[in-house]
Amino acid sequence: MNYLADILPPLLQGSGVTLQVFLITFVLAVPLGLALALIRISRFTFLSTLVNGYIWLMRGTPLMLQMLFIYFALPFIPVIGVRLPDFPSAIVAFVLNYSAYFAEIFRAGIQSIERGQYEGAKVLGLTYPQTMRHIVLPQVLKRILPPMSNETITLVKDTSLIYVLAMNDLLRAARGIVQRDFTTMPFVVAAAFYLFMTLVLTYGFQRLEKKYAVYDD
Amino acid sequence: MTSPSNHLMIHAVDVHKRFGPVEVLKGVSLDVDRGEVIAVIGPSGSGKSTFLRCLIHLETIHRGSIAIEGESLVSTNAQGQCRYAAPADLSRICRKMGMVFQHFNLFPHLTVLQNIIEAPLTVKGARLDEIVPKAEALLRKVGLFDKRDAYSSRLSGGQKQRVAIARALAMEPDIMLFDEPTSALDPELTGEVLNTMRALAEERMTMIVVTHEMAFAREVAGRAVFMDGGVIVESRPARELFAAPEHPRTRAFLEKML
Repeated sequence: MNYLADILPPLLQGSGVTLQVFLITFVLAVPLGLALALIRISRFTFLSTLVNGYIWLMRGTPLMLQMLFIYFALPFIPVIGVRLPDFPSAIVAFVLNYSAYFAEIFRAGIQSIERGQYEGAKVLGLTYPQTMRHIVLPQVLKRILPPMSNETITLVKDTSLIYVLAMNDLLRAARGIVQRDFTTMPFVVAAAFYLFMTLVLTYGFQRLEKKYAVYDD
Repeated sequence: MTSPSNHLMIHAVDVHKRFGPVEVLKGVSLDVDRGEVIAVIGPSGSGKSTFLRCLIHLETIHRGSIAIEGESLVSTNAQGQCRYAAPADLSRICRKMGMVFQHFNLFPHLTVLQNIIEAPLTVKGARLDEIVPKAEALLRKVGLFDKRDAYSSRLSGGQKQRVAIARALAMEPDIMLFDEPTSALDPELTGEVLNTMRALAEERMTMIVVTHEMAFAREVAGRAVFMDGGVIVESRPARELFAAPEHPRTRAFLEKML
């Protein structure tokens, strides 16, 4: 029991880093993903193609590679070359990467809404932005909750990748103690922490699903 | 264009519409006066729904002209180029018309009342305390006040269509377009929708109804228009058209339907 009390502070600290990366990424990547999806389905062919390429790039290369690239290679690129510290580097990589996945979820949701909904809104005089905001997106939200829940839980666990930038997230903190004390106990505690975080998320998404269950499509 | 009379609500001339290589409207012209109820009948694929959709700009036409209450929605110049009104005018002109669809197109995430007040609030900037009583009055009119707070998935097809009619009326259109409003309904539910439309006709609402309900067309419509192959074959007072169709194609169609 005493040992547990000893290892808890560093693990909690690590959880703090994990949660920070998770929350900031989620808050930034969701709206960015929505914006990308709207451009992707727009009639601006050039921009749509650009976004398509962006999504291919972000989904087609490992997140870890993207993180390493932003941290180590970005400073040497002319014009945009900036040296970012480890935490911002991680955030930029995560937001860029996850916005691509969220964009595809939003796109699938938007394209699942029947044309009749747009026509019903149009003959009532709603503009395209009004139709999106009041009619389409609220319905999209309900339909994409399960895949969003999936992706969000994956994000919690993907945050452990930031160890490559030598940041002390939950998993790296646990590994440090394991190597120091020759016991696997910290791994078990870390697993429990991850499970708790995903439990909260799962509960939250289930609450949302229940809230939206008041109507059927 | 000659100045149309004050009573001319819809003035469509030589409307052409293509879907790819297929020409579905081959020069349709129709004038509709204020308070007229027009039934558009014809076999499926005759272009009647497409024509209705062109009137409210759900489809764009390739040639011809459409004017709503004297304002040009679209016109074609001498070079054969089709010109639509500017976007702001387009939206304003189209709002003179309300439309009811075969598949209702109610908004499933909103309650019945919210469905009705959405457009007045968003488009017209109506005040909530003004529009809610109005919406409730419309619901009473279509006999669905007790469904005020229900979601559309809880309604029968006939109830959904009556809500859709109330929703269109909430925008106070001068003209109502009905695109096969009873075609998706179980036979025993068509009556309630047709009765609602009949009541609207009695209030002298200008209406165009694309329908397969021949009895309704004969009783309620002042004029019946028979379309086939992308053209209007015959357009006459409904009673005459049903009693003694002039054109052989009309006759053949009616014999099959009745």
